[in-house]
Amino acid sequence: MPSKVRNAPDPAQAAATAMARHRHDPLELLQMLRDVEEACGWIPPEAIDCIEARLALPRAKILGVASFYSFLHLKRAGRYRILFSDNITDRMLGSLGLLDRMCRGLWVERGKVSEDGLVSVDTTSCTGLCDQGPAILVNGLAVTRLTERRVDDICELVRDEVPPGEWPADFFRVEDNIHRRDALLGTPWLPGRALEAALARSPEDLVAEMKASKLRGRGGAGFPAGLKWQACREAPGKARYLVANADEGEPGNFKDRVLLANAADAIFEGMALGAWATGARRGFLYLRGEYRFLLDHLEAVLERRRAARLLGESILGREGFDFDVAIHVGAGAYVCGEESALIESLEGKRGTPRNRPPYPVTQGYLGQPTAVNNVETFAASCLVALKGGAWYAGIGTPESTGTKLVCVSGDCEQPGIYEYPFGVEVRQVLADCGARLTQAVQVSGPSGATVPAAEFGRRLAFEDLPTAGALMVFNERRDMFEVARNFVHFFAHESCGFCTPCRVGTSLLRNMMDKLANGHGSPYDFAEIGKLNLLLQSMSHCGLGHSACNPVLGTIAKFRGAYQRRLAHEEFEPAFDLDRALAAARQMTGRDDAAAHVRPETEETA
Amino acid sequence: MDGTAPRKLKVATTSLAGCFGCHMSILDIDERLFALLEKVEFDRSPITDIKEVGQCDLGIIEGGVCNAENVEVLREFRRRCKVLIALGACAVNGGLPAQRNTLSLPLILQEVYRSEPGARYGLIPNDPELPLPLNKVHPLHEVVRIDHFIPGCPPPADAIWKVLTGLLEGKEPALGHGLIHFD
Amino acid sequence: MNATFTLDGRPVAFSEGQTILQAAVAAGAYIPHLCFHPDFKPHGSCKVCTVKVGGRHAASCTTRATAGAVVESDTPELNAERRALVQMLFVEGNHFCPSCEKSGDCKLQATAYDLGMSTPHFDHFYPDRPVDASHPDMLLDFNRCILCSLCVRASRDVDGKNVFALAGRGIRTRLIANSRTGRLVDTSFSHQDKAAHVCPVGVILHKRRGFETPFGSRVFDRKPISARADSTAEIAAVEADGS
Repeated sequence: MPSKVRNAPDPAQAAATAMARHRHDPLELLQMLRDVEEACGWIPPEAIDCIEARLALPRAKILGVASFYSFLHLKRAGRYRILFSDNITDRMLGSLGLLDRMCRGLWVERGKVSEDGLVSVDTTSCTGLCDQGPAILVNGLAVTRLTERRVDDICELVRDEVPPGEWPADFFRVEDNIHRRDALLGTPWLPGRALEAALARSPEDLVAEMKASKLRGRGGAGFPAGLKWQACREAPGKARYLVANADEGEPGNFKDRVLLANAADAIFEGMALGAWATGARRGFLYLRGEYRFLLDHLEAVLERRRAARLLGESILGREGFDFDVAIHVGAGAYVCGEESALIESLEGKRGTPRNRPPYPVTQGYLGQPTAVNNVETFAASCLVALKGGAWYAGIGTPESTGTKLVCVSGDCEQPGIYEYPFGVEVRQVLADCGARLTQAVQVSGPSGATVPAAEFGRRLAFEDLPTAGALMVFNERRDMFEVARNFVHFFAHESCGFCTPCRVGTSLLRNMMDKLANGHGSPYDFAEIGKLNLLLQSMSHCGLGHSACNPVLGTIAKFRGAYQRRLAHEEFEPAFDLDRALAAARQMTGRDDAAAHVRPETEETA
Repeated sequence: MDGTAPRKLKVATTSLAGCFGCHMSILDIDERLFALLEKVEFDRSPITDIKEVGQCDLGIIEGGVCNAENVEVLREFRRRCKVLIALGACAVNGGLPAQRNTLSLPLILQEVYRSEPGARYGLIPNDPELPLPLNKVHPLHEVVRIDHFIPGCPPPADAIWKVLTGLLEGKEPALGHGLIHFD
Repeated sequence: MNATFTLDGRPVAFSEGQTILQAAVAAGAYIPHLCFHPDFKPHGSCKVCTVKVGGRHAASCTTRATAGAVVESDTPELNAERRALVQMLFVEGNHFCPSCEKSGDCKLQATAYDLGMSTPHFDHFYPDRPVDASHPDMLLDFNRCILCSLCVRASRDVDGKNVFALAGRGIRTRLIANSRTGRLVDTSFSHQDKAAHVCPVGVILHKRRGFETPFGSRVFDRKPISARADSTAEIAAVEADGS
């Protein structure tokens, strides 16, 4: 045994600790499983034995939950689990080459655990560090700005079995990279000030101000926040809940990360405002697993706010105004950003989107009225409480009031966060971030819009280009087909598997795009992709399926040439290489004669 | 199809990874075969024993694609026939032979020729006359473009009759209840 | 029970709280469906029952019926979309009907017949899904699972046993049995359970009874699924007979 291996924790003990920490509440199953994974590096069957027995949950249910989330392992994983962020922006920064280098350096095959159980190297969906990639996760912790040198250093640290906690701190440094501040990031936060302003008036007044502000949801969908709070307040129920959605999984987005690191007080204060407005007494912040590194900081902010009576019982001394926030950490599932899937996950279940209606605002967490808002929405609500709805409505455009944090990544000099009033032209953002010879930008992420250079006069606003924030920049050298293919792989990986069209359709779409990429494409496949796109849009259960074809439809519409180049054949070709499909038989028989090969079709017809 | 002269349609048939059960079903058309033969002429087919497929109007193929020879024959049919019909379960979804697809081919060859009692010291056949197996068995439509499908194991003679006569009349063939079945 | 909506132009009465498909089934009208079963809360996963309500696509099993709604179902466009979904289910699993005990009594197959599906059309996935023959009375052939969750719901809600659950995600979603070994024999499953009688396809099978009725004279060989008022009850009756 290597000398530096620490004693593997006892699975039963790990499970007992996890259950105790979460009050043996079955609703906390996912959090318990996360704790066991963190303690053991995987979820051993003995740990499941304990949870099954103590919580009286069916084993199949526990397994069903654990197997849904990418970051939970039911088979023994490497003691070092390295995941390369696989967004197109990471790839543009050379992530795949670095991944190969690391695999060579560690003598491990991608996607497998090394024979000595030391390490595994694989990819994961975008980790939200596009402005400082290529990025990886090491045992759940983010490492940024990967270079060949850093890869070699990591290989050495892993081979020497140095615990990640003892690695150079610089590896884990996450920059905020804020390059433009406006109303939200430019306002100095004094904890409690917005709450004091709100408490000076009635909850109804706050709702009225929110409606007057016309503040719309910052997750991308743009539902008016004031209406949501009002609906939650008025819906009948035994209790009300607030949820801050920090499950920022849409590739290219990282503004939640920066807000959580930079303006956590504003987020939690916004939640308290929401509590005042809706009557909720409990709130949750759903933090994506990739942002685990922010957890201690966030818990510290919560503690500080409790001590300052900005959370807890009788907030700011107001009798009966009780509200507290618990942080739930995700475990690698993009679909949980969908609000009803997020609520399922909060309840410790698989993150399957619910049938809607009923909407969460009437039947959400535990079937009770629940307002789910993006963290940026909560932060912005503080501005409304402080300065009034009318003031806020004066910023931006009439239909898209206020400011928006834009996450710039890709081909530009200064990737990072830019806060603009809504209505800013794409062209302006590109000029500010130092983008040159830009071919296209992807607005909002893979489910958003592909905008070619001819349309850079379009505006970031709900009435033109709605956005969750991401703006990925592609210069003229980039292949827009490969961009779309990367996004299609993302959706296939993240489909929850509940409904037929998305479960099967996203994988079929992925295979078709791969077929084109592998040189087997023909006009037949192009037509098939078109048909599949329509089916996904019309039949899918939730937004993931509906938008899974957006990157393909967008690039087909705007960059048809990138596809045309891929249609190598006029007639239908198989998706696989026929001659290669004989390779195993050739090897087993030792044959290499002419009949042991399939000739390319062109030769035969010549 | 041609429409001008009462030229007989040329039809070729073959069986790839099939059991010839579908061809038996063609024969099950019975006395209607005579009526059919007034309108069609068979090219390469087990019925004529012609080995090379010529230019045809219609190709009817039974069985899936499991080896190199199947690929060559299928491609030849695609080149020479204006319209291709996949006939029967194996042609449509791989059928029984495709049930090996979840196993790796080396494992199968090892198991069949080396590990079985009595074949323990055997060799995997390597005669160039024998077609090499593909990694997986594929239905026809995964290898070439197919125009029509008649499912069934085997398809009922009436289904074959209905599709053929439909095509002769220039109609898009549709099988109703009772004629479309997968077993 | 006075309110009505129209289904392909014909009025269908519904009671408060009923979904479009529930009302249609009660009225003896056919909308293709696979994951729906009148005894259970609608689930909405297979999407085969998708109709157009006021011109917009919606799963009829989970969409509440509303008075005066204009519902289209039996249209070439919707049937083509449903056919594509059924084709997806066929290529996702390993559906070799000629060797399946459920052939002729299978709702997936019958729905495919009814939609005129002559080919699975897409490229097959050919997943590796070993069967579980451990139980003395029952066989599980996961190759045919369409993830409808009916057995999960039946075991949980009627049998009170939680014998089944879905695991995994995306295209790797799979049905699992509730035991440490993962084998059915180590669960509390019984052939008398409701969950033993709701599988619309050939996953949950009663041993030694697969070929009691010969091919050609089974439920959907005799009559198309669309011509049966309650095909679900009919298959259940076939299965209950003699068990």
